[in-house]
Amino acid sequence: MNVTIVDYKSGNISSVINSFNEVAKDKVNIEVTSDLNKIKSSDKVVLPGQGSFKSCIDGLNGINGLIDTLNEFVLNNKKPLLGICVGLQMFADVGYEEVETKGLGWISGKVSKIDNQNGKYKLPHIGWNQVNIIKESKIFKNVENNSHMYFVHSYEFVPNDKTVTAATTDYSSNIVCAVEKENIFGTQFHPEKSDKTGLKIISNFISI
Amino acid sequence: MLKNRIIPCLDVKNGRVVKGINFVDLKDAGDPVEQAKIYSDGGADEICFLDITASNENRDTIYEVVEKTSKKCFVPLTVGGGVRSIDDINKLLNCGADKVSINTAAVQNAKVVEDSSRKFGSQCIVVAIDAKRKDDAWEIFTHGGRNPTGINALEFASKMEKCGAGELLVTSMDKDGTQSGYDIELMQKISSMVNIPVIASGGVGTLDHLVDGIKSGASAVLAASIFHYGTYSVNEAKQYLASKDIPVRI
Repeated sequence: MNVTIVDYKSGNISSVINSFNEVAKDKVNIEVTSDLNKIKSSDKVVLPGQGSFKSCIDGLNGINGLIDTLNEFVLNNKKPLLGICVGLQMFADVGYEEVETKGLGWISGKVSKIDNQNGKYKLPHIGWNQVNIIKESKIFKNVENNSHMYFVHSYEFVPNDKTVTAATTDYSSNIVCAVEKENIFGTQFHPEKSDKTGLKIISNFISI
Repeated sequence: MLKNRIIPCLDVKNGRVVKGINFVDLKDAGDPVEQAKIYSDGGADEICFLDITASNENRDTIYEVVEKTSKKCFVPLTVGGGVRSIDDINKLLNCGADKVSINTAAVQNAKVVEDSSRKFGSQCIVVAIDAKRKDDAWEIFTHGGRNPTGINALEFASKMEKCGAGELLVTSMDKDGTQSGYDIELMQKISSMVNIPVIASGGVGTLDHLVDGIKSGASAVLAASIFHYGTYSVNEAKQYLASKDIPVRI
C-alpha cells in the first residue's frame, strides 16, 4: 500500500513524516511528494497544513494541477484522505484568516476565528485538550473517549452539516476537532504530536 | 478542557545535556535524545531543548540531536538558543522541531519574529524573554543573560505579541537556578497583559512551585533541574498538580 503525504511547501511537515514512518514501519510505503501522478496512484493521501488558511490554499494553487488531482482523488475516486490542522480546515467552502479565501469545498462550511470571549481565553489554543467523540469514526477505532490530543490553532472549522462532526473539544465553545464524511477524514489536532494515542489514529487511518 | 502543560527543558551543549546554575557553572549529564525519550514516555507535554553553545563552534550538533529526537518522541519539541534568522528557523523545523524559540534576535530585530510567524505560522514561533528585576520593573537581557538592554520586559512582551509570537517563554534571571520558585509577580504581570500563552520558567525547586506558576496565570510551566536530577518525575509532578485541582493530562 502507498500512502502519500502531500508536500506543497506549506509549513513544517517533518513531524507528520516521522510519525507516519513510525507507524508504517516496513509494511506500508510512505511517500512525501507533490508529484501529481504519484498522488493519483496512491491508495491514501494525507494533507497536512500549517500557517494560515490563505498561505495553505496559496501553496496548493502554487502547484499546477494539484487541486484538480486532489478533487479527483477525493470526489471521483472516493479514496481516503486525511487532513490535519489547516489540512482539515481547507475542506471548507471559505476561510477568513488574513483575507476571505475560497477553500476546497469538500465539506460545506466556513473557517473562522475562535471566539476568545473578550480575552478570557488565550489564542492560539495551544496544548493538550480532550476530545469528545460524538460519532463512530474509523479513525477513532480503539481510541478512548476523552483522550488527550495536542492542539495548536486560532481558527476553527464550522461545518454546515453537523453530522460530519466526529469529535469536538471544549475550549471557549465546543470546537469541531474531527470530521468524517464518507472517505474524507480530518483532525484539527495534531495526531503526529499526540503521543501514543495520536499514533493510534494514524495507524487507524492507514488501516482503513 | 485545555490542560496546563509541564515542559521539561534540557540545556544542550555540544550535543550533550547540561544544566546551568544561574547561566554558568555547567555539569555534564547525558544524551539529549535518550533524556527526551524518557521525558516523553513519562508524560511530558512537550520537550524543550535550549542549545547553549549556539553561538559559534559545534553549532551543527543541535541539528543532529533534533533530528534523532523527532524520530523517537511524538510530543511537541521546542528548540531555542542561537536562533538568529529565518534560515536557522527553517533548518530546525526541517530537522523535526515543532517550535523554535527566539531570544536575542527578537530583541535586536523584531522583524525576524514578524517574518517568521508569517512564513511558518505563529504556532511555531516562541519568543524567549530573559528578565531581571530592576527597581519596580523588569529589564530584558540577551545573549543567554549576559547583555543588558534597557528594555522593559512588559513592553517587550506586548510588542512580541503584536509581531506574531505564538507563545512567550518567560524566564526570571533572578530566580533561574536558585530553586526558590518562579518570579510570580513577573509571570502574573505578563500573562494578564498578553492574550497569548505564557510559559513560566526559572527557579523551580519544589512541586509547589509548579502549582504557583500555573496559578500565576501561565499556561505552561517549564523546569529543568528537578526533572533532570531525578528529584521528581514528570508523572509525580502531574499527580501533584492534579491533587491541587490543576487540570493536567494524565
